[in-house]
Amino acid sequence: MDLIRMKDVNKRYKNGVTAIYDLDLRIEKGDFVFIIGSTGCGKSTLIKMLYREEKPTSGKIIVGGIDVAKLRNGKVYKLRRKLGVVFQDFKLLNRSTVYENVAFALEVFGTPKKEIHSKVIKALELVGLKHKAKNYPTELSGGEQQRVAIARAIINGPKLLICDEPTGNLDENTSMEIMSVLEAINQMGTTIIMVTHDTEIVDKMKKRVILLDSGRILKDYEKGTYKHESI
Amino acid sequence: MRAFRILSRNIRDAFKSVFRNFSLSLASISCITITLVVVSLAMILSDNVNNFATLVEKDVTIVVFLDRDITKEQIEDVRDSIDVLDNIASIEFQDKMSISKEMMESSDVFKNILGNYNEEENPIQDTYQVKVKDIELIKKTADQIKEIDHVSVVKYGEGMVEQLVTVFDVVKKVSIGMVIALIIVTAFLIANTIKITIFSRKREIEIMRLVGASNLNIKIPFLFEGLFLGMFGSIIPILATIYGYTALYNNFNGQLFSPFIKLIKPEPFIYIVSVVLLIIGILVGMFGSWRAVKKHLKI
Ligand SMILES: Nc1ncnc2c1ncn2[C@@H]1O[C@H](COP(=O)(O)OP(=O)(O)OP(=O)(O)O)[C@@H](O)[C@H]1O
Ligand SMILES: [Mg+2]
Repeated sequence: MDLIRMKDVNKRYKNGVTAIYDLDLRIEKGDFVFIIGSTGCGKSTLIKMLYREEKPTSGKIIVGGIDVAKLRNGKVYKLRRKLGVVFQDFKLLNRSTVYENVAFALEVFGTPKKEIHSKVIKALELVGLKHKAKNYPTELSGGEQQRVAIARAIINGPKLLICDEPTGNLDENTSMEIMSVLEAINQMGTTIIMVTHDTEIVDKMKKRVILLDSGRILKDYEKGTYKHESI
Repeated sequence: MRAFRILSRNIRDAFKSVFRNFSLSLASISCITITLVVVSLAMILSDNVNNFATLVEKDVTIVVFLDRDITKEQIEDVRDSIDVLDNIASIEFQDKMSISKEMMESSDVFKNILGNYNEEENPIQDTYQVKVKDIELIKKTADQIKEIDHVSVVKYGEGMVEQLVTVFDVVKKVSIGMVIALIIVTAFLIANTIKITIFSRKREIEIMRLVGASNLNIKIPFLFEGLFLGMFGSIIPILATIYGYTALYNNFNGQLFSPFIKLIKPEPFIYIVSVVLLIIGILVGMFGSWRAVKKHLKI
């Protein structure tokens, strides 16, 4: 079954730049998908439309049964509760501890304290950071901070995890650690879409690879690698 | 239960935010404080003027001088003729002897002059003291009384009364206008403060959105923040009103300059003013933050 369906999607920004042209895409439940392509080709724009940070200019987008293209601003939160998003710059609250950062995603809906506690501990265990719960983000390495962000993104048990260059700021070893965390999350049934520039990661993981070029899908490989894209 | 948890969290966050951005909050709070002090002064002034005006209006009397050679029956006839008019609240007769006696008691000068006359020659005239229901119609009523037989002169402080009424009206309008202007200025200043706290919390708001907080969820803390600013801003004006007005009242023994100008009793007046101040403070605070949220959160 498809978790994501995009049909004839166009995205033209207000300044006249068209970032996505007539794009069709299906992503199945449980998939792990890399989106690659040169800078400015529209990767971020594509995934921003999936979590409704941007609205398509035309076309149809369905994510987990929600008609995202038609979703009104006031209802976006319903979509956001069904997915998690992770960024290159982590987006953590530096004045809050690791625990509080992860709990934040539950507190905003008034989850009971007990439930918050058990869920946060579980999520931190999954990313291997339970022992740093009381630390502040500034006391952590980049890889650890990204793991906190991942824990926060998956705390609600989302069906979909969207990552925009999650390893962009990390060295090779740390990147691989993050990838194994993501792999584990994927194994548990969460669909993952990840934008990346990292050839090494793509080659090693052997997942579905979508190559974007100037807003269009140029190639779409099962078990693809970066190498045969760069020709 | 869930709603209650969200609410209490929002209130806690709003409270924290007031103190986290203390210098900014202080600016807003001072602004509300100044406004409310002026509002309080304006209320005290206009309510007292109102009160005074009502007292004066109640006190305004038409003095009806009767002919010097009037008979007892004619005096009664005049009363009946006045009584049938529309605007009459009360009529009181004062005979010339009691008036001259009163005057002689009030001053030695009168005593010397009036003491020389006997009852027949008494230059003072019998009068009716007429009070009216509606002060605005006093001229018409006075004119009607003047037409009655055996009435020689009618006096009611022509011009003076009308002027006083206009002055009161102007005082009331000016103070209301000033208060409204100040309230508007304050609301905009608060909107500005909240705007800055919104900017300083942009990251937090972005993350809240990202993890699925609804718009209401994001707005409510700011509304509470406005509410707290309003509440804190009204503390000093309320205390000033309660203690200041009571002190003023006691200091002047409840009257200003002369027994004629009576001040409103402090209780429950000061408490009513305080409640109004608190409500205005809260409304202004919440209105300011609502504006800022609407404009800068784009939700
Ligand atoms: N908010 C925006 N307003 C206007 N134009 C935009 C906006 N965001 C992106 N663009 C333009 O749209 C095109 C695609 O941008 P996008 O961010 O999707 O690229 P990308 O593939 O993610 O690039 P990178 O690998 O550098 O992150 C670019 O030409 C960019 O300048
Ligand atoms: Mg990008």
